[in-house]
Amino acid sequence: MRQSISRVKSASGLQPLALEQAAYVQRTTGPTILPLHLVGVCFEAAGQGLLQDLSFTLQGEGASVILGPNGAGKTLLLKLCHGVIEPTRGQRLWEGPDGARASQRQAMMFQRPVVLRRSVAANIAYALRLRKVPGSERGARIKQVLELTGLAPLAHRHARVLSGGEQQRLALARAWATQPEVLFLDEPTANLDPAATRAVEDLITTIRSSGVKIVMTTHDLGQARRLADEVLFLHRGHLIEQRRAESFFEQPATSEARAFIRGELLW
Amino acid sequence: MHIYEIRMPEIAQAFSTAVTLILGGDPNLAEVVLLSLRVSLSAVLLATLIGFPLGAVLAVSRFPGRKLFIVLLNALMGLPPVVVGLLVYLFLSRSGPLGSWGLLFTPTAMIIAQTVLVTPIVGALTRQTVEDLWLEYEEQLRSLGASTTRALFTLLWEGRVSLLTAVLAGFGRAVAEVGAVLIVGGNIAHATRVMTTSIALETAKGNLELALALGIVLIALAVLINAAVYFTRQIS
Repeated sequence: MRQSISRVKSASGLQPLALEQAAYVQRTTGPTILPLHLVGVCFEAAGQGLLQDLSFTLQGEGASVILGPNGAGKTLLLKLCHGVIEPTRGQRLWEGPDGARASQRQAMMFQRPVVLRRSVAANIAYALRLRKVPGSERGARIKQVLELTGLAPLAHRHARVLSGGEQQRLALARAWATQPEVLFLDEPTANLDPAATRAVEDLITTIRSSGVKIVMTTHDLGQARRLADEVLFLHRGHLIEQRRAESFFEQPATSEARAFIRGELLW
Repeated sequence: MHIYEIRMPEIAQAFSTAVTLILGGDPNLAEVVLLSLRVSLSAVLLATLIGFPLGAVLAVSRFPGRKLFIVLLNALMGLPPVVVGLLVYLFLSRSGPLGSWGLLFTPTAMIIAQTVLVTPIVGALTRQTVEDLWLEYEEQLRSLGASTTRALFTLLWEGRVSLLTAVLAGFGRAVAEVGAVLIVGGNIAHATRVMTTSIALETAKGNLELALALGIVLIALAVLINAAVYFTRQIS
């Protein structure tokens, strides 16, 4: 595990320039919106309790990975945190000093991102317009983020003709360009081949290094080991463990987590 | 000349005269074609201005009776033109509620009738297109921070190809219908005579050259419209 982490770190370390530029993308902008508190959150659909009484806190450092088998409620939980769906019961509280502006200081990449029917650059411009970034600043930011994500050669390509991996990177670029303090990623590499997965994981590492809080879901243990600073283990709509990544993987506290880490089927 | 006496050579003769009329830019022919285009294009423009917002709002809003409204709007796509003509006639006739406007048997009356005919087509197709897109886009657009109004404009732009097809379908229906314009326009020479009403009249009179010439122009328009739809879909 230690080995895989250092491999990823050196991979991103190969681009010192990229990291320098990343600091430009994420300029520190004063007060924080974190921590995020979820208090007694339940979500029901069609009479079924899909998320049951979740209470936890996300602090402002590193990558929090929501881990669990298919159908555990990972995507729902991520969308609830982001605010595109509302809980049936319970509360979502951004308790940082800048919490009132939370919606403008976070972004999300969906598992199947929707890219708009326009050019790659125009997709990013659209997001910046919605965040009221002044026109004079947009061009530089678009150029910047396209270079960091390796999409610069595709800037004028129609977004809908890109490959799956390129669309995923565009979605990530579009989210990153808005300079979020918190970035939600839902299964960022599902359906990608190993090379495209590697590219997206490297990007996530770069973004995290630039000071952005990452909250992501995955069902891929290897990915969780490579990226997580903290693990939230979700099973059948219940939050079973929330711990530092090292201690979660080395000494899981619950039988469900142990079984999941051993690669056994969990239902 | 009686219709039953026509033989193949005479049809061929009529056809070549028709082509000569078109290529020579016959003033009578041009007048009728231009009025047709003016009436139908105005109607489609109005129908689009009403149908786009109506369809888009219907696609994303939720209110009691919405489903009934949608069923009704879809059903209105198949409105018989003569019935629309009759209804507009009743409204615009001297004793009707809008009789004082004096619009009956004017091109304006024809534009109104065709607008009534085309608006459900544009509105219903827009509703379907935007609703499908909304399913796909809603969470993404909300996440990016779009208000509902902003999202609606984005969806209309994202659906531009399908919406163009809807508008062209509406134009095809307007320019080809005869019942509504005949009733509210009256087919008055140099005033309210359009291609379809001319064809009906000239055929009845046995004046096949002009009828055929107009028929050729109408068919050419239909082909042009379909080609436009096909190639815009290809491009995007």
